[in-house]
Amino acid sequence: MTALQRTGRWIGDHVVLFMAAVVLLYMFLPIFFVVLMSFNDPVSRLAYEFDAFTLDNWLNPCSAAGMCDSVVKSLQIGFLATFGATVLGTLVAFALVRHRFRGRSATSLLIFLPMATPEVVMGSSLLALFTTAGLAGSLGFWSILIAHIMFCLSFVVVTVKARLAGLDSRYEQAAMDLYANEWQTFWRVTFPLVFPGILAAALLSFSLSFDDFIVTNFNHGNTITFPMFVWGSAQRGIPPQVNVIGTMMFLLALLLVIGSGAVNRRRAR
Amino acid sequence: MTASHAASDASGADLALSSVTKRFGSFTAVDDLDLLVGRGQFFALLGPSGCGKTTTLRMVAGLEEPTAGRIDLAGKDITRLKPYKRPVNTVFQNYALFPHLNIFENVAFGLRRRGVKDVKGQVQDMLDLVELSSYGGRRPGQLSGGQQQRVALARALINRPQVLLLDEPLGALDLKLRRQMQIELKRIQTEVGITFIHVTHDQEEAMTMADTIAVMNEGVIEQMGGPTELYDNPATTFVSNFLGQSNLVAGEVLGQSGHELVVAVEGSKLGVPMDRARSTSGAVWVGVRPEKVFLAASGTETEDNDNVLRGAVVTDVSFIGVSTQYLVRMPWSQELTVFEQNTGARESFRPGDAVDLHWMAAHTFVLDAAQDAHAGDETYDADLAPAGAGT
Repeated sequence: MTALQRTGRWIGDHVVLFMAAVVLLYMFLPIFFVVLMSFNDPVSRLAYEFDAFTLDNWLNPCSAAGMCDSVVKSLQIGFLATFGATVLGTLVAFALVRHRFRGRSATSLLIFLPMATPEVVMGSSLLALFTTAGLAGSLGFWSILIAHIMFCLSFVVVTVKARLAGLDSRYEQAAMDLYANEWQTFWRVTFPLVFPGILAAALLSFSLSFDDFIVTNFNHGNTITFPMFVWGSAQRGIPPQVNVIGTMMFLLALLLVIGSGAVNRRRAR
Repeated sequence: MTASHAASDASGADLALSSVTKRFGSFTAVDDLDLLVGRGQFFALLGPSGCGKTTTLRMVAGLEEPTAGRIDLAGKDITRLKPYKRPVNTVFQNYALFPHLNIFENVAFGLRRRGVKDVKGQVQDMLDLVELSSYGGRRPGQLSGGQQQRVALARALINRPQVLLLDEPLGALDLKLRRQMQIELKRIQTEVGITFIHVTHDQEEAMTMADTIAVMNEGVIEQMGGPTELYDNPATTFVSNFLGQSNLVAGEVLGQSGHELVVAVEGSKLGVPMDRARSTSGAVWVGVRPEKVFLAASGTETEDNDNVLRGAVVTDVSFIGVSTQYLVRMPWSQELTVFEQNTGARESFRPGDAVDLHWMAAHTFVLDAAQDAHAGDETYDADLAPAGAGT
């Protein structure tokens, strides 16, 4: 085998690996940049390049005026929207999967509509709706929350429905056969088995709500959520602390994924 | 059976289904069914898929409600009772073990729902009974099919139901494990003395385990009785073909002679004991099991009270080890089957040999000719069979 052939063989063997590495790099470069910028000490407010290394941003994340307030606001809305959408969406999913009623398939289809509607359209028409209802003056926390619950709902329904549809009804029959009444059957068997779907739906809702910009932009009144804060400060130069929040969110998500993986592995053992 | 378990009173009770019908839309799954299962019996509901046996079981469990009729358990009407209010437990097909609970909690489920004390001791005893003592902490997904089957059995049995329902419990196991579990199930049933109702489409399984078998077809019970009775004295062509194999030849009743019915079959006179004749006049099917028939070289003298059909030609010989299976063509071009033990007493016949068939009159049975001769024969394909054949 000549050296050329060997090289050719080596490239052939590793080309897929190489492509994968390039794609991963493509995906992670922006995240890496967020982490990097969280340690930036910019010379001017409008600087977008890395100037000097500092830990100040991590030690005093709230030193950027108004940022931590906006994060708290986003977290509040995120948790409440997640709770509302998850509860309502789970109920809808159960109704759609477990009950036969007139208009069931139509409802299933309509549930998809908010997901398919462009967010810009949805945001502006929501504003029109709030204004028509005479609420133009009181836009803020509650209007954002209502909007977020509304668009998270479809995602919850779809996610929980998929889990529920894949659930073998024999588990519930077995529970009933083993002296569990309807209530016990639900809490002891149905709910634990559907729970992974509900949890996934909740996480999805939270992430959708936390970083929603478009719909919020139309309906936020004077309330500043984290995405609104970032957008607003972009005009005057984004404070590096924003990258600290970004990195924290990223680490939190990473921890959740690793944690759930560990739980799954322990269960499988 | 009833007497032998009378001492352990709550362990089993009479189950009675009266005129039970179940319809799904226009489809009648179970049609006006009457059934009585005695206390402590190992009862099998046997039939092909779609015959209504599982629906019957589910109605007893309370998972389906009968369209009409009533179900009584130990003299109490349970027809409309919720499943969790019946002293009945089920071993589901594919087991339906709760995947989010470990083996211990799966077995403990019924006890906990009824608020029973000493869950731990009882579960451990039950796991001992099914030989899975050290598996309590595992999850169902980590167990083999056979182990899951035993957990499902333990989960149901621990509640000491009056009736235990088993829905094709061995269907998912491979043949060797199935044979092993058949013996195991029978042992456990004898040990606990609870009434078992076992639904299966496997005739061998039903015959190995059950005291009484009800053969079901298209929502009705074709015949009910002990395995030997059903096999030796089938009441319908369906039973004669579904339970083992049968040779059915068309005949015409000539009359009665003593305790025998005399039937003409293609020029031969065959005798049939009266108590094995389901029809005593006109056109009939004359049946005999393949292993009851002997082959003899053409023209050989036979015993006086034997039934004989002469002039057959061997068309196919398959050697199975313990036995040899012959296909023989009769003069009226019907093919019959004969199983012969490989005792080595005589050379086997070869294809083309001219032979006579003879068997004891007592092994003959007669069925009504109005029935389809191939009913219940799962190997029969009407498109492939020669015209007029009735194996």
